[in-house]
Amino acid sequence: MLQDLAAAGSHPLADTAARYVGLLPLLPLAGFLVNGALSLMPAYKAGPADPSTAGHGHEASAHAGDARAGDAHAVTHGDEHGAVGDDHHVVARHKYAGVASVVGPLVLALSFGLAVMIWLAMAGAGEMTTPYVQTFFDWMVTGDLKISWAFQLDQLSMIMVLVITGVGTLIHIFSIGYMRDDPGYPRFFAYLNLFVAFMLVLVLGASYLVLFVGWEGVGLCSYLLIGFWFSEKANADAGKKAFIVNRIGDFGFLIAMFLLFANLGTLDFTSVAAAAPTLGYNSALVTTICLFFFLGCAGKSAQLPLYVWLPDAMAGPTPVSALIHAATMVTAGVYLIARSGVLFAMSPTACITVAVVGTLTALFAATIGLKQWDIKKVLAYSTISQLGYMFMGVGTGAYAAGMFHLITHAFFKALLFLGSGSVIYAMHAAYHHTGSHEDAQDMRNMGGLRKYMPVTFVLMWIATLAIAGVPPFSGFFSKDGILSAVFARAQHGALSEATWLGMPGSAVLYALYGLGLVTAFLTAIYMTRMMLYTFHGPNRTGEAEQAHLHEAPWSMTGPLVVLGVLSAVGGWLNLPVAIPLGPIGVLEKWLEPVVGAATVAVGGAVGEEVTNTEYGLIGAAVAIAILGIVVAVVKLRPAALVPKRDATPSHGFEQVLEDKYYVDEVYDDTIIKPLVSGSRNILWTGIDRGIIDSLFVNGSAVLARGVGWVGSQLQSGETGAYAWAIAIGALAVLGAFTFR
Amino acid sequence: MNTLLYTFHFYLFGLISIASAVAFVTRKSPVAAALWLVNTMFCLSALYVMLDAQFIGAVQVLVYAGAIMVVFLFVVMLLNLGQASDVTDMRGLGGRLTAGLVGLAMLAELFALSRIKFPRLTGAMGDHANVVNPISAPLFHEYLLPFEVTSVVLLVAVVGAVVLAKRGPGAS
Amino acid sequence: MIAEALFFSAVLFTIGVVGVLTRRNAIIIFMCVELMLNAVNLSFIALSRLHGSANGQVFVLFVMTIAAAEAAVGLAIIISIFRHHKSVDLRNINLLKG
Repeated sequence: MLQDLAAAGSHPLADTAARYVGLLPLLPLAGFLVNGALSLMPAYKAGPADPSTAGHGHEASAHAGDARAGDAHAVTHGDEHGAVGDDHHVVARHKYAGVASVVGPLVLALSFGLAVMIWLAMAGAGEMTTPYVQTFFDWMVTGDLKISWAFQLDQLSMIMVLVITGVGTLIHIFSIGYMRDDPGYPRFFAYLNLFVAFMLVLVLGASYLVLFVGWEGVGLCSYLLIGFWFSEKANADAGKKAFIVNRIGDFGFLIAMFLLFANLGTLDFTSVAAAAPTLGYNSALVTTICLFFFLGCAGKSAQLPLYVWLPDAMAGPTPVSALIHAATMVTAGVYLIARSGVLFAMSPTACITVAVVGTLTALFAATIGLKQWDIKKVLAYSTISQLGYMFMGVGTGAYAAGMFHLITHAFFKALLFLGSGSVIYAMHAAYHHTGSHEDAQDMRNMGGLRKYMPVTFVLMWIATLAIAGVPPFSGFFSKDGILSAVFARAQHGALSEATWLGMPGSAVLYALYGLGLVTAFLTAIYMTRMMLYTFHGPNRTGEAEQAHLHEAPWSMTGPLVVLGVLSAVGGWLNLPVAIPLGPIGVLEKWLEPVVGAATVAVGGAVGEEVTNTEYGLIGAAVAIAILGIVVAVVKLRPAALVPKRDATPSHGFEQVLEDKYYVDEVYDDTIIKPLVSGSRNILWTGIDRGIIDSLFVNGSAVLARGVGWVGSQLQSGETGAYAWAIAIGALAVLGAFTFR
Repeated sequence: MNTLLYTFHFYLFGLISIASAVAFVTRKSPVAAALWLVNTMFCLSALYVMLDAQFIGAVQVLVYAGAIMVVFLFVVMLLNLGQASDVTDMRGLGGRLTAGLVGLAMLAELFALSRIKFPRLTGAMGDHANVVNPISAPLFHEYLLPFEVTSVVLLVAVVGAVVLAKRGPGAS
Repeated sequence: MIAEALFFSAVLFTIGVVGVLTRRNAIIIFMCVELMLNAVNLSFIALSRLHGSANGQVFVLFVMTIAAAEAAVGLAIIISIFRHHKSVDLRNINLLKG
């Protein structure tokens, strides 16, 4: 401990704000404790305290994941109407909502302020080549295993901390308005604070094990928040699904950690990085470790084939979808690969696998997004698709590009989710006023909202243009960075010379680039479709409801504005050489001490000079994006849409897309049903009830009863019998001595 | 001491004691049984004396044959059990055979256990002039506490006997 | 003479055991127990003689004391049982059955 401190003392960050790095997660944790305590107190001045019996007498609760949940909700909603009437706001609001609305966002704001101070210190410290590691205490010391609870500050974790606390603060502020009337208001902030605390542990941990604590913690919070309105079975099931699917990924993460420890004897990032070359370049071992890590990433970051939980996770409140399932937690996988860049750089096979899976996920999810009607489902599939892009980037060793897309995606996807939250808020309020039970999340029930929600409309268009990749919005730069990196890797570098499943790496990467362009095209189409159906064309909400459609309060639009600005200008963080509108590659230079070596190892040194190819690539990307938007505007007819209740089922491939390729059904038939029936028939009926219950449990009971019966027969109470027993016992004892 | 005479008497008393014991267990009348037992105890007393435990031999006659067995006889007569009862108090043939088998087996095991070569007795033990001294010294020094405790046991036994034998308030 | 004394002791003890097992009269059984105690006393005396130590005789004294106490209590019990059953037949004594 003393040695660690002494070592830290020589670090340029030692005497700066960085020494308070431990406070970063502690602040949200304190918020969690306060809000958690509040949520345990009696909630109402009158009426039942349990939200599950109180019903969901408020707008936000109707944001159930899909149509089924929406239907289920309608029932409880109807009951609530009878009981509460129009004065529902007063009854449903939590007694301590005021305290929670201060504490929840405040701890995040403080955390963000501290993060900014540390960032300023780090920026002022000049060239920082080694991470600042602060050890708090020895966590586990057994034999060769010594795990310290230590935090590591370097350029990579700094970026993540800024994104988490910054976007997190905005989303917390948004939640004040959005969740205002929820009976579980302090509980919501408690979970959200806890999530941020764990997320910070995840990105600050100095070893894989500390990272894993955060990794599991955010999984727990994700589960809790997806099932926040747990009284509806669909929501609780969605939470369980997320949790269970993530276990598969965590299994991979654990195996990878075991392999690392077995072979290197350490789990600290710095020691692993130092010892990694002993694993052997492109050896089967390092590839195995990397692929198991990637399995963990695929679970957490919703990649093929473990992506199925993320669309269902939209059952949670919309701010949760924005914070956890778009901006931060799901990007943990990208962070993990960037963090493990040293390992991945040693295994071109694993790198290409990551890139291929990411690209296929991006394409696959984008096609599904084309035909979704639920506004949050569109965004969910869009998130999966964008995560695929990030993996495409980090898979090809373009760590800076991947992280860049992570940041811009956090901006524009959080904006999109919060914007959709505003829309749903307005829709639900309108339906609530008229007592209608229509689905507030179905785009077929929207349309023409531009007129009613102008601020949200403009901001969401900014985000849409950003995600579609239209310059000069942020998404254009980050997506272009990834695509051009893939193209560059295909031309030269370690990956182009490697072979993947017998195919030349160069050909694979060219194919990935092509698929990436196709995905960009589809992205532009489905996002434009969403905007057209939501904000343009005639309004389909209903005559009576139109009067009640209005913009959300300023506490909700305020964060949207900030995110809108960031989405618009975020691209300046990392301008490509070809577009010298300001300082070039700020983020890339910033991350260079952390991932620079790995980037060079995978992709080779990239020249500074701008080639015509690069201009061509940029032109192609822009053309594709604009083409997608144009196609969507030309082909789609918002005016021809009918509200959900009048809609006719679609046919052919459209239906396949609308039903998400039936992946859930296939998983259900191939994995879940055999597992359940096997558990029921073999494990439960056969082994548990047949062998364990009847043989072991009942058998030992029968044995004990039999022995007891024999014993009770011996206790006849007849003195003569006892005399005989004593005599025979004495005989036996003597015999034992005799025949010893 | 005449060794032959000594041996003769030793066997004599031993065999008489065994014969008396056999007679004791086979008598139906409790009074006859008790008297045969008294005879056994007298023979044992003689054996004690021949084994240089003269004090114990005397106590055996006084306490066992004189006191304890008299109490037995007293109880037998008090309860008027002098005659053999109508139903035999002997077990059936099966029970007796099994008991005999158990006894034989026990005897066999005891013999098997005691097949140790004991040295022939040489000389006498202690001082013949004072037969109480060798036993009183350890009894009042080494075994003083157990000695006192047995007195407490006797007291408790007396109290218990009184309580048990007393007619209860509900008894007729 | 030690071996002979131990032989007599074993035979007397076994006779006592057989008596306990075959009789049903509680008083006779009691006397059989006394016989077994006497057999043990004989062993004590013989072994005391063998070792040339009086400690065995001290134990015989203790055994006699306990036998006296036992006789007092046991006979009192038999008397109270007789009052209840008008018999000392062992078959009537089954109060130990819970």
